[in-house]
Amino acid sequence: MTSPFLFGATEGGLFDFDATLPLMAIQVVLLTFILNALFFKPVGQVVEEREDYVTTSRAQAKQRLAEVEKLELALRDQLKEARQAAQKVINDAEQDSDKLYREALALATSEANASREKARREIDAQRESAMNQLKSDSEKLGDLIVDRLLASK
Amino acid sequence: MGSLPFFFTFAELEVGQHLYWQFGNLRIHGQVFLTSWIVIGALLALVVVGTKKMERDPQGVQNLLEFLWDYIRDLARTQIGEKVYRDWMPFIGTLFLFIFVSNWGGALVPWRLIHLPSGELGAPTADINTTVALALLVSLSYFYAGLSNKGLRYFEYYVHPTPIMLPFKIVEDFTKPLSLSFRLFGNILADELVVAVLVFLVPLVLPVPVMFLGLFTSAIQALIFATLAAYYIGEAVEEHH
Repeated sequence: MTSPFLFGATEGGLFDFDATLPLMAIQVVLLTFILNALFFKPVGQVVEEREDYVTTSRAQAKQRLAEVEKLELALRDQLKEARQAAQKVINDAEQDSDKLYREALALATSEANASREKARREIDAQRESAMNQLKSDSEKLGDLIVDRLLASK
Repeated sequence: MGSLPFFFTFAELEVGQHLYWQFGNLRIHGQVFLTSWIVIGALLALVVVGTKKMERDPQGVQNLLEFLWDYIRDLARTQIGEKVYRDWMPFIGTLFLFIFVSNWGGALVPWRLIHLPSGELGAPTADINTTVALALLVSLSYFYAGLSNKGLRYFEYYVHPTPIMLPFKIVEDFTKPLSLSFRLFGNILADELVVAVLVFLVPLVLPVPVMFLGLFTSAIQALIFATLAAYYIGEAVEEHH
């Protein structure tokens, strides 16, 4: 360790340049090519393939999502239509049943009225006939009474 | 230092000593290459394990690798721009990973337990040769990026927005690698020295917060180096209107 810091010292020193320099440069260049073949190319390929895969998958997923949204919209429309149709059917049915009910009610009412009328008429007729009978009976009786009274005189 | 107690030998300060390997008339720092191979080995092991069975649903190490990849991509993309960041991502990423693992390896692995004949093992980035090599690679890269993207129109950058900028921009081409290399080298070496000095003075407890600070500095330096490298490349390929 005579002169360790001497620049360009013939034996040793911190700044001792020799064939180490070009050989190290060649070694690093070789390492660059080896690492390029063993590391940068294959890893780059894998990473870029994955990036492509992710990009295409994402695009596909977006496309599918759009399709799904479209389908969902269509389905919603269909559902709305179906609901409206069902509502209409229900309304129709309600109206129908209402009508039927009314008709049946009207029929029943008119039938009831008719039968009541008939009954009243029958009653009236019977009363009439009973009255007539009574009248004729009472007239007969009155005549009889009158006859008897007159006859006793 | 032989007379000092046992644990003090760990804290022996060896600055500027290297394990020299001689190849013909080329001399290299063996300890730098030893640790850099360990760093590279660890990186490659992680990468090989993590990419062995990759799936779309990441599991285990794949998660970590993808996180790193994503982090480096964001760094490169924000600094270089959407158009050409792909070409430079491996370089920026390698710089980041190599420096990060080197720095953390230097801070976390107790290299001093392994005794070398000369010098000592440590972060490869604590050697000026490594950081200058990395910084010069960055310089070459941004020149290459500018020239390959814009041809000779790249040199419009030197007179943009006014020709007065020309000398400053030329000086910048020298200061960029200089500042890159010395920032990294200085921070990592200083961190190792501070820890070594503290361990030397007070071997217990006191160095621990400094070690944590060192981990923080190490990570930040790796990020700064990679970000600046990406920024320089981005500056070179940027279209002026």
